[in-house]
Amino acid sequence: MIHSLFLINNAGDLFLEKHWKSVISRSVCDYFFEAREKAVEPDNVPPVIRTPHHYLINIYREKIFFVSVIQTEVPPLFVIEFLHRVAETFQDYFGECSETTIKDNVVIVYELLEEMLDNGFPLATESNILKELIRPPTILRSMVNTITGSSNVGETLPTGQLSTIPWRRAGVKYTNNEAYFDVVEEIDAILDKSGTTVFAEIQGVIEACVKLSGMPDLSLSFMNPRLLDDVSFHPCVRYKRWESERVISFIPPDGNFQLMSYHISAQNLVAIPVYVKQNISFFETGSSGRMDITVGPKQTMGKTVECLVVTVHMPKVVLSANLNATQGTYNYDPVTKILVWDIGKLNPQKLPNLKGSLSLQSGAPKPEENPSLNIDLKIQQLAISGLKVNRLDMYGEKYKPFKGVKYVTKAGKFQVRT
Amino acid sequence: MSASSAFIDEKGGSASEPEYGHDPASGGIFSSDYKRHDDLKEMLDSNKDSLKLEAMKRIVAMIARGKNASDLFPAVVKNVACKNIEVKKLVYVYLVRYAEEQQDLALLSISTFQRGLKDPNQLIRASALRVLSSIRVTIIVPIMMLAIKEAASDMSPYVRKTAAHAIPKLHSLDPDQKDQLIEVIEKLLADKTTLVAGSVVMAFEEVCPDRIDLIHKNYRKLCNLLIDVEEWGQVVIINMLTRYARTQFLNPNINESLLEENSEKAFYASDDEEEEDKKDEVAPLAKRKPYVMDPDHRLLLRNTKPLLQSRNAAVVMAVAQLYFHLAPKAEVGIIAKALVRLMRSHSEVQYVVLQNVATMSIKRRGMFEPYLKSFYIRSTDPTQIKILKLEVLTNLANETNISTILREFQTYIKSMDKDFVAASIQAIGRCATNIGEVRDTCLNGLVQLLSNRDELVVAESVVVIKKLLQMQPEQHSDIIKHMAKLIDNIQVPMARASILWLIGEYCEHVPKIAPDVLRNMAKTFTNEEDIVKLQIINLAAKLYLTNSKQTKLLTQYVLNLAKYDQNYDIRDRARFIRQLIVPTDKSGALSKYAKKLFLALKPAPVLESTFKDRDHFQLGSLSHLLNAKAGGYQELPDWPESAPDPSVRNVEVKDSIPDWSKCTSRKDRKEKKAEKPFYSDSDGESGPTESADSESDSGSGSESASASDESGSGSESGEETESEEEEEDEEEEKKKKRKKHLDKTKAKKPVEESTESEQSSGSEERKRGRKAVKNQKSASESESESESSESGDESEDESEEESESDTDIRKKKTPVSKQPPKQSKKESKKETQEMSLLDLDDFEPAPASAPVTPVNFMSSSLVSDLEGLSLTDTILAPTTITPSGSIKMYELLHRITGEGLAVEYCFSRQPFSPDPNMVAVQIQFTNNTNSETKNLHIEEPRLQCGMRIREFAEIDVLSAGESVTVVMGIDFCDSTQAANFQLCTHTRKFFASIQPPVGELMTPVFLTENDFKKEQGKLMGMNEISEKLTLGEKCVNEHVIVERVTATANLSRVPCGSDKECRFAGKTVSSGCLVLVTVSTKEGGRAQLTVNCEKMLIGTMLVKDIMQALSQ
Repeated sequence: MIHSLFLINNAGDLFLEKHWKSVISRSVCDYFFEAREKAVEPDNVPPVIRTPHHYLINIYREKIFFVSVIQTEVPPLFVIEFLHRVAETFQDYFGECSETTIKDNVVIVYELLEEMLDNGFPLATESNILKELIRPPTILRSMVNTITGSSNVGETLPTGQLSTIPWRRAGVKYTNNEAYFDVVEEIDAILDKSGTTVFAEIQGVIEACVKLSGMPDLSLSFMNPRLLDDVSFHPCVRYKRWESERVISFIPPDGNFQLMSYHISAQNLVAIPVYVKQNISFFETGSSGRMDITVGPKQTMGKTVECLVVTVHMPKVVLSANLNATQGTYNYDPVTKILVWDIGKLNPQKLPNLKGSLSLQSGAPKPEENPSLNIDLKIQQLAISGLKVNRLDMYGEKYKPFKGVKYVTKAGKFQVRT
Repeated sequence: MSASSAFIDEKGGSASEPEYGHDPASGGIFSSDYKRHDDLKEMLDSNKDSLKLEAMKRIVAMIARGKNASDLFPAVVKNVACKNIEVKKLVYVYLVRYAEEQQDLALLSISTFQRGLKDPNQLIRASALRVLSSIRVTIIVPIMMLAIKEAASDMSPYVRKTAAHAIPKLHSLDPDQKDQLIEVIEKLLADKTTLVAGSVVMAFEEVCPDRIDLIHKNYRKLCNLLIDVEEWGQVVIINMLTRYARTQFLNPNINESLLEENSEKAFYASDDEEEEDKKDEVAPLAKRKPYVMDPDHRLLLRNTKPLLQSRNAAVVMAVAQLYFHLAPKAEVGIIAKALVRLMRSHSEVQYVVLQNVATMSIKRRGMFEPYLKSFYIRSTDPTQIKILKLEVLTNLANETNISTILREFQTYIKSMDKDFVAASIQAIGRCATNIGEVRDTCLNGLVQLLSNRDELVVAESVVVIKKLLQMQPEQHSDIIKHMAKLIDNIQVPMARASILWLIGEYCEHVPKIAPDVLRNMAKTFTNEEDIVKLQIINLAAKLYLTNSKQTKLLTQYVLNLAKYDQNYDIRDRARFIRQLIVPTDKSGALSKYAKKLFLALKPAPVLESTFKDRDHFQLGSLSHLLNAKAGGYQELPDWPESAPDPSVRNVEVKDSIPDWSKCTSRKDRKEKKAEKPFYSDSDGESGPTESADSESDSGSGSESASASDESGSGSESGEETESEEEEEDEEEEKKKKRKKHLDKTKAKKPVEESTESEQSSGSEERKRGRKAVKNQKSASESESESESSESGDESEDESEEESESDTDIRKKKTPVSKQPPKQSKKESKKETQEMSLLDLDDFEPAPASAPVTPVNFMSSSLVSDLEGLSLTDTILAPTTITPSGSIKMYELLHRITGEGLAVEYCFSRQPFSPDPNMVAVQIQFTNNTNSETKNLHIEEPRLQCGMRIREFAEIDVLSAGESVTVVMGIDFCDSTQAANFQLCTHTRKFFASIQPPVGELMTPVFLTENDFKKEQGKLMGMNEISEKLTLGEKCVNEHVIVERVTATANLSRVPCGSDKECRFAGKTVSSGCLVLVTVSTKEGGRAQLTVNCEKMLIGTMLVKDIMQALSQ
């Protein structure tokens, strides 16, 4: 299956290699570099590259390429999904998954990789099991370790691997027993020039933070489960219960995890919280253009829209922007050609407006297409789909847990065509 | 912290050369490395763990950056037995990395792992096996093999999982071990724990993916376990089961595929091969019976469906491909939703999913139509994603949605990403060719694009327009004129070539312009690209033929230019065309047809998706993604014409009982957990054959299962079943180690009941039944007092697992479980019961967990002795011999699988008179049905090379309730490979396979003591295998030893002077190699077993078998 893994940073430096079978020379990465060069943007590197003797499957995350080498047939998604799991594990352990943190914790990284794969086949990928095997570094522990010379490797052998509930440690104990659930919904939408919705759907996830002692058995029910069109669950959720009763019943992993994700499809009507009035035009002569954008609330269910940001990928010929924002600040990066207008809170009484002129490269033909606008926003205390958690019950343990549910709506891939 | 400092240290040391540490050119760094390595060595040699740890961390940091640390090997390997766990782990990391390069030194560490393999802690056993198997040193292959075999029957599922992981490692190290590894795989496939399932299937896929026959018996179990297997295992299992199902079930779309084929408009594809394919498909499909889905096929579809909700994209994709390849057309649709969901994931996932969606959307367009808008393109998508989405959109286009799609395309054409624009134009072209209604609209749109400022856009449009015009050129001469004008401005060679071709092809529509264009092109001929030059020659030739008056000279000129071109293709073409079109004296008949040749009506091109026909690769596979066969890819077989025998998957109900408790899905996971120690223990001990313990509880379970089925149908009251069950429990408590008894008690019930409940009732029903049974059972357990001794037994087992050190008991147990005594089967039920009671009395003082020796132990020994005597001098007609009590009967066809026909066989140990090189196999047929079976015979033997079968004469009639015995001969070529064949009756065919124990592959030879010693002297060294063993409690005297050995192998005793030694001799049946066995006993029940045989494999296996027999 997975033969080797190379980590390569954005500058093309190979800074970590790990082999699970016999060693493969790092020169195999030359094929990757070739493809990387051809692709210009890192996003465009093909995920699967074929070389005479190997296949390279790579992912790009946090400015790092995870390049894995395989030799024989294997489902590509299997490898891709695994690589993402590796990146998530790093994030989980070190707070972020970056070149610096990986280099700083190279031994732990190596130990993790060793445990996650055996002979190229995934062995332990549950973070709960890994954390029993290899303790994540904390500042305190690393101080103690340097003084006493003790180690990060768990002294006890993990029993999680042997259990039928591999995602939960045994013997968890908390003084405050709490369970929090965040319902996070993202709106994916494409609006056309006139503001009509071309396509919109809602993607939701329920993030959980469960800190409960013992072996609690939770069940979560919704007021309106019919709303959910398509769901996917953490392995802990009993699918049969969901099928028959529309109740999410599970023994939770310890700590943070994603309980479920769901999808509310384009068939349902999706409320679009903001509207955008825009007018961008480039003149035939004089190598300049005009821009005028106004954002206003549409269907916000009485909540305030926060963290509103408008991002515009300008055509290459736009040299600079001379604009005036009634609210917030704007910034145009002439290298990446990205204009970012950070509005902040949307005030329905006084709509934010960005207006002014753009100067183009002289002599170049005017751009064919107007750039589309990407909107980012956040609405607290609202699930735009209307999904509501009904109740959370706990069985199997005696104590009374503290429970909380929070709703947030964000913009996902929210694009306005112009 | 310390690790990071180590990293920085290293970095600082070689700052000038940040990477590529083992570059010998950088001399300075090299020497400083040397120094540093010296201090690392010192640290490793010190007594302090902290220093060792520090050193190891620095070394691992070096390895991580690809620096060479191999010269530290001796210093590191010393620490392999270090007490500190982290040091140990890092040493393991180092070892696995460098052992291959330093094979000799690596051997130093082996003993540590061997010790670890015996550790009472299962996790230590597992990790020892893991590292041992990861060291790629060929010398230790035998050790690895042994370790894997042992671990495969370990009682900890985790260790068994590790064993499964080790199998492909050993296989890649030494492919010669394949046969033995397959045995281990077979054993592990029968494992009932979810932990092992994924790993062993992975091993199966890597080592022997073509041995589909190993799956039969485990198919239903795998389906049922699937939901509880960890996600990575799920992917592998689902992919394997897809292939399996393709070989075993019928195409569920058989009836529809005919219609589908006709309706598809791409039928008139130009590809010859393809058409042939289709014909092949269509012909046998012509007449079909109504299709009924195999319940096992349904089981697979039903059990994989919930996994579409997995969070793991690979699992979702695996299920999606399974449905695409296996499900009836009406059900495939459910996967669309899940696949669309995956599109929200990381861009790499999106990329792969879109590739697969593109392929699927060609075959089953309707499936994704409702999700059309999910494939709309955002300007922020990476280009490769955009192009794939475009592909899908194009595939989805039809008369109803084309207007929306075209409107969408219009926005794409304005994009800044030019590659994407080009792809969009092609997509428009494809829509236009596929959907006649919009052709003109598209064409007009494309013509407008000709005035686009971007040359790439124009060029692409020209190419697409050219293809569109070919469909109806008459109506579009003005477009051709327009394009002719463009040629002055367009520089892209492909576009220029396209325009020239158009003008040439339709020069009659533009008679005035064409010569002018040629004139212009002749001027620039030398500066053009090759493809353009070729088209200029083409244009010239066509004009010469149609309008020679105006263009004769021009054509000559162009041809002359081409004659001296640098490119030989062009020179060649020029020469060829000149011969064709310019009439000379020598020119043959061809030139008369020049016009026909050049101006033939050309069929319009079909703009096809590049994803067409990609679905002959298994979707979701790497090969599919690359559209080329990747190494190790297993072809997805075509559906069989007629379904192979479904009964091969039948398992006796009682085998499957423990699974159910595990796989009643997540609903009662909690419950399961509570039960776990009990079940896992029995799992741990049950190998491929049921062990005594698991059998006892499963047996009762199955009993009550069938009973409850009955009560469900209302024929029996619940009370009755319970009491019956209790009774059974009592009974089985008395003689729980004996499988056959249970069979007998079961036989009280009509045969049809068990067979029917097995086959006809859907497993859904069965499941319900089982659940009920479980409750019932637990109830009865708590109630009945007679249960107490059994539960005592159970608790003992539990404690055994807890202590995990009681390996002795385990070892003693497993051999018994492998060979459940079966000879008593023929006797009546009453008798056996009596005997077992006696038995129990006899062995009362023995510990409960100790095995019970074969029942008719005395009698069997006598018979075998007698037989041994008779064999040396008699040759009887084999057909007449009835099986004697000592001979083990093996099952060839169980009465459930055989639908009432039970077939057993034994090795009669008689010479097979028609052919002395064959082993005589005595087969007994019993007809348990109440109708007669006719025409019993053998068909289609599938044999390993060299093997031969001499079939028995066909049995004409076997009336109800009767048995008949026949003898057939098999030449096994001295291997223990199974002989496979089909057993046919007048109605059915059954797959059967006979696998001989090694001891049956030989015949006795009479030797004197001197002969024996002489022969033994010749077979020394490699041919001698010697093992120490401890004799079992019962092997008190020579007589017993002789009896045991002769029971295991067909050997004769050699007289011997010493009473401490027993000698036996025989020769292999097929090749006549001598087999000499010596057992010399020593003080305290110890003994030494020596086997001398030229065939080492036979020798090793024989040693194993005899050891087992003697240590019982």
